[in-house]
Amino acid sequence: MSNNNFSRRGVLKTGAVTAGGLMLPTYLRADAHAGYTNAPGDTVKIGFNVPQTGAYAEEGLDELRAQELAVEHLNGIGDGGMLNTFSEKNLDGTGILGKKVEFVTGDTQTKSDVARASAQSMIQKDGVIMVNGGSSSGVAIAVQGLCQEAGIIFMAGLTHSNDTTGKDKKANGFRHFFNGYMSGAALGPILEQEYGTDRNAYHLTADYTWGWTQQESMQASTEAIGWNTTETVLTPVGAGDFSSYIAPVLNSGADTLILNHYGGDMVNSITQATQFGLKDKQVNGKDFKIIVPLFSELMAAGAGSNIEGVFGSMNWNWQLQDEGTQAFVKSFGEKYGRPPSGSAHTCYVQTLLYADAVTRAGTFNPCGVVEALEDFEFDGMGNGPTFYRGADHQCFKDVLVMKGVPSASGSDNMVGYDTVEIVEVTPRAQVEYAPDHPMFAGGDLGECNPGA
Amino acid sequence: MLGLNSRDFRLFLIVCALCLFAPIILNPFPVASSLGESFNAGYPALMQRFVIFGLLVIGFNILFGLTGYLSFGHAAFLGVGSFAAVWMFKLLSYNVVPAIILSVIVAGLFSVVIGYVALRRSGIYFSILTLAFAQMMYSIAFSDLVGKLFGTIVTNGETGLQVYNDDPQILLGQGDPTVPHLFGLEMNSAYTWKIGGWEFVFQNGYYLSALFMVLGFYLSIRIFRSPFGMMLRAIKSNQTRMSYTGLDTKPYMLAAFVISGMYAGLAGGLLAAMDPLTGAERMFWTASGEIVVMAILGGVGTLVGPVLGAGVIKYLENIVSKINDSILHNWFAFMPDWMDNLLVTIIHPFIGKGWHLTLGLLFMAVVIFLPGGLMQLGEKFTALFRRKKTDDAKTGATNPAE
Repeated sequence: MSNNNFSRRGVLKTGAVTAGGLMLPTYLRADAHAGYTNAPGDTVKIGFNVPQTGAYAEEGLDELRAQELAVEHLNGIGDGGMLNTFSEKNLDGTGILGKKVEFVTGDTQTKSDVARASAQSMIQKDGVIMVNGGSSSGVAIAVQGLCQEAGIIFMAGLTHSNDTTGKDKKANGFRHFFNGYMSGAALGPILEQEYGTDRNAYHLTADYTWGWTQQESMQASTEAIGWNTTETVLTPVGAGDFSSYIAPVLNSGADTLILNHYGGDMVNSITQATQFGLKDKQVNGKDFKIIVPLFSELMAAGAGSNIEGVFGSMNWNWQLQDEGTQAFVKSFGEKYGRPPSGSAHTCYVQTLLYADAVTRAGTFNPCGVVEALEDFEFDGMGNGPTFYRGADHQCFKDVLVMKGVPSASGSDNMVGYDTVEIVEVTPRAQVEYAPDHPMFAGGDLGECNPGA
Repeated sequence: MLGLNSRDFRLFLIVCALCLFAPIILNPFPVASSLGESFNAGYPALMQRFVIFGLLVIGFNILFGLTGYLSFGHAAFLGVGSFAAVWMFKLLSYNVVPAIILSVIVAGLFSVVIGYVALRRSGIYFSILTLAFAQMMYSIAFSDLVGKLFGTIVTNGETGLQVYNDDPQILLGQGDPTVPHLFGLEMNSAYTWKIGGWEFVFQNGYYLSALFMVLGFYLSIRIFRSPFGMMLRAIKSNQTRMSYTGLDTKPYMLAAFVISGMYAGLAGGLLAAMDPLTGAERMFWTASGEIVVMAILGGVGTLVGPVLGAGVIKYLENIVSKINDSILHNWFAFMPDWMDNLLVTIIHPFIGKGWHLTLGLLFMAVVIFLPGGLMQLGEKFTALFRRKKTDDAKTGATNPAE
């Protein structure tokens, strides 16, 4: 049935008029004048994309606290924190290049799709020039790819998979956090010294990029000290109940259990392993031991006393005694009444590093920032002398070997913060590797992308 | 016109116009204003989601709205569509045409197999079967079991699949764009129209998605008004009686299932074409549940309802979830401090990460007071202003208000 309201001529006429009306004003390609995406105006906006709900929410919220603190310090509010101890003295509390720093936040929910939607909204709607933060390597890799395409800088938060700066590395992405290989390299000698060279290890591994590379790294470093790998079992992320995976360990003949789990999974698996009595068992005439290669304060808090006697590694810990750490712990503690976690430290440092790189480059152009950060040597950020390698955008610094201990203060608020102690600070040279190391090979950094 | 009756044609034109002018309609506030910073939704990534999820739910509605068969696993088709599209980018080139074609075909194949099995049962058993299939596919993708079987990467597990510089991309020529494009027209390039304090972004990718949604919408109207659509409605009202009359309902059901699966595959392909990365979580059962909620919220069995439902949910997810306390304090800054704090305390649970709560309340309100979905609200409004109700026999759930 035809409709008389819509004559062909009428439709054509209306269409032509509308099209003409739209064409009249000059079209401008987004920010063509600046030569890069989201060139800042009077203020500069950065995006903090962290999990605020879901399994890693605790980590994400702590990252957010640290990032807010970093913005305050950049804008000259508060005591300046690590700005005073940072080896570069370009930042003076007047924002970045004289522009006041503003920030927007987003919730990644630890899901790649959601994280990308949130990052897209930050880039397209809020006009951020840099995205910082996040927990989980899957999400970091997803968002890193997005930022590369959009032409803005991504500073990864808590991501420990070798792939983030290995086969998934991107020119616009940077990682301050350490990785699976470094954990393995740092733990190896300590394990040899504590547990000897004759052990049978059983791996339970979270089934995703981080778990795989973590297990590969641990296997390599334990086999290098003469250990035998009895079996490796992949467990689904978020399994909740690990008893069906732990029961077989008892009869496998293994005397060491390596839990390549993180967050809630690690809390569950170590708790259940303890309940199964693994820690009190004797196998092959040796005490049964559990190792959790990657520690975090918030995980240790969840695991409670189950973490006692367990070895692991960390990127940074608030108990370090250097100047930078003390300055950061002090200003974080004054604002929030608690010590910062390792992931909070990484996100705080990344924000300052970005600001400093922009200042040194004299531009917000991502390509300038990339150049300023590549092969950049700095100190005073809590990790000792640190090196941002240009070949893969990975930071190299000392790695902490940690051990779970009974709480020193006995205070409930400090569980997780003082139930792990620093056993050794493994020097940077010991955890370094070549950019084309087999565990990291296969990727391509590509060209820096300034976007529009 | 176009084989539609005047009412449907008018509806179709309205949808076309909305899609065409969405960048303007969705950015009603100046960019720099606080309302604009919070409520403007006219940025490409979100507009793409509006139309792509609109398309997905339009397809879902052909199955659920017409036959009454509630599929709880539609996200699985969305997922396979996305995986197929990303694989096309990896193997051939960044041209979106093969990607979109393959995503529809693959989703179609999967829905034939799953539909054939699941449609042996009806009602709750059908829902559970589809849910089970979707969860199986999710687990397979999440642990990349197919990849492990062949010793390669197929879905890349939890990390998700994306395109790398060293992928084959055999059709990629020198100087071809390295982002998804339609014969050279880059999906993510956009024109920004600045006028006064306003900024309107017209993006290629959005318009391609919108074109597909408009086509999908047109096809859905034709199906709704066709004898085939009538047959599907008959199945909804009484399938047993249909069988007694000697009619085999199975082929009709399967056809409806496959069509709606292909819609989902197309939506998945478009999602990948807009943003060339995909992951297993796109197939998780909560994603399927979201599709059902979108359809019910908008109005099951109506033509425009699904699009509306998808829009409302994506808006809440992306806009309301980003409002935080400091933004609220800015809004209420003119009030005395105690009032400001009180209001913020009251609103706090409903914004930011509490957007699910807002959605839940909205959903409850709709289900209780407007069983016909948001479309019913529209109908009530038009009925209020209309002098006398039309005596059209087709009013009701199947005939949405303009």
